[in-house]
Amino acid sequence: MSQNSAATPLRVPKVSMRRRARRSVTRHWTLYLLLMVPLVHVAIFKYVPMANAVIAFKDYNIIKGVWGSDWVGLRNFQQIFGNPVFWQLVKNTFLLSFYAVIASFPVPIILALALNEIRQGIFKRTVQMVTYAPYFISTVVVVSMTIMILSPQTGLVSHVTGFFGVDKADLLADADYFRHIYVWSDIWQTAGYSAVIYLAALSAVDPSLYEAARVDGATRLQKIWHVDLPSIMPVAVIILVLAVGNIMAIGFEKAFLLQNPMNLSASEIIATYVYKTGLINADFSQATAIGLLNSVVNLALLVFVNFVAKRLTGSGVWS
Amino acid sequence: MFLFCTYLLLCTFLAVVLLPLLNIVASSFSDPIAVSSGRVLFWPFDFSLRGYEVALSSPQIVTGFLNSLFYTLVGTLISVSLTIALAYPLSRKSLFGRGPVMAVVIFTMLFSGGLIPTYLVVQELGMINTRLALIIPQAIGVWQVVIASTYFRTMIPDELYEAAQLDGCGDLRFLWKVALPLAKPMIAVVALMYAITQWNSYFDALLYLKDADLYPIQLVLRNILILNTTPGGMTDASQMLERQQLADLLKYSLIVIASVPVLLIYPFVARYFTKGIMIGAIKG
Repeated sequence: MSQNSAATPLRVPKVSMRRRARRSVTRHWTLYLLLMVPLVHVAIFKYVPMANAVIAFKDYNIIKGVWGSDWVGLRNFQQIFGNPVFWQLVKNTFLLSFYAVIASFPVPIILALALNEIRQGIFKRTVQMVTYAPYFISTVVVVSMTIMILSPQTGLVSHVTGFFGVDKADLLADADYFRHIYVWSDIWQTAGYSAVIYLAALSAVDPSLYEAARVDGATRLQKIWHVDLPSIMPVAVIILVLAVGNIMAIGFEKAFLLQNPMNLSASEIIATYVYKTGLINADFSQATAIGLLNSVVNLALLVFVNFVAKRLTGSGVWS
Repeated sequence: MFLFCTYLLLCTFLAVVLLPLLNIVASSFSDPIAVSSGRVLFWPFDFSLRGYEVALSSPQIVTGFLNSLFYTLVGTLISVSLTIALAYPLSRKSLFGRGPVMAVVIFTMLFSGGLIPTYLVVQELGMINTRLALIIPQAIGVWQVVIASTYFRTMIPDELYEAAQLDGCGDLRFLWKVALPLAKPMIAVVALMYAITQWNSYFDALLYLKDADLYPIQLVLRNILILNTTPGGMTDASQMLERQQLADLLKYSLIVIASVPVLLIYPFVARYFTKGIMIGAIKG
């Protein structure tokens, strides 16, 4: 299409475009009809909320509704920036997310490299099946298990620490431990799943590279370093870039479940605060403003990170 | 030496993942007194089914389980239908305007109005505190649409469309008679993804439901385990101590009950999910 339009006068493609549209509609009208249902769904549940986000600039009043409420300009945002709690939230969100990204990046790579080294067999299959399984367990169950296992009276961890003569402590009630518990239980849950992606990349490595490495007398470690790692690098970069791009979008579900009054100074993140401000304290405008701020920052991060990825690898994560 | 270290490393991975799971399952099959005094490690101590008896005699837990089954079955059916209705037209190259439509859909993955604005929409539609609130608002997953669309586009050759068209087969009949049967593996992946997400989610229920009769099992689990509320059906345990011990035991068996459906289909899931990741990885 674009090649044609470069060679012919400007008016021609415009007309042919309209004709193309009309022909497509008459020929595929059933498909357009089919498309309507999910598109209406997307419009109602994704795009109407985006429009509703204007209440961030209003003083939302249930009786007046979204469009009838009074405009207040940037008052909600001024309140947010003037609130010391907000900066604590930003810090908690960022630290938790950043820690999660950094700590959970190398583990699946190590697992995949190790699995790739051993022969196909029952042991390999067992390790894969078992490490993959926690991914399908719900967040509620994982958090419940974490609580049970860390329980000072009956938990598994108290057995182990007791064995080494360490005092029993309630780690969940300690704000200092919250981030470790969150991140490492996350790694426990997702490492096996993430390793699958790397394993697929490793299985696609050209066998002649291994052959060449063997002829050159490379040890197995050298083979991993010079053949395996470079082969999975592009995948690893994309995964890391995506993770960094989503750093401010860290999920509500798990932090909320692991929260208790004792660890709140570390566990209160933007998402949990939005939930409490909005639905418990019913301050819709304030909560929307914080959420909107977070979404915008996150979108900017994603666009920026995609730009960097394009520069680094020659192809963006999307487009 | 190198091989030994590799095996050692893998055994560590295996142990770290498996032992906590074993501990939970073993505890759930143990005697309440043994559990409370922390004597269970990785094998049931004084084997007993007391925990499951208590769990299954609690109406709250049984209702939650049945609710979750309902949400998962109906939700998956609706989600898969909507996903195909969106993905199939978008996979047809001759469809005018598919590029912009795809962009409109993908954009929702990058930016959202947020929690409260979405809540307002659900409220406006009168879905608060109804079963619909858990099924409809989150019905379409963008990632699943990308997977389905990519599959239709790459696995069904253009010649097939042309041949069908010459034979006078319309678009919808082609979808029903040719494309869907050919896309069975993809539909399985997408359905499993939706089913597991639906079964495991608790947040929408927390957000939209007030009536405890509508709660899915995950929310029941959260209330019992994390908020430490005791369910009904334990009135037969008269003594305080015994009741506390049973409450402890119940938590373990409840964790197992809430995970059983997912673990039952896990062998299929493991195989199909790997495929699904790969389909999704082919860039459009």
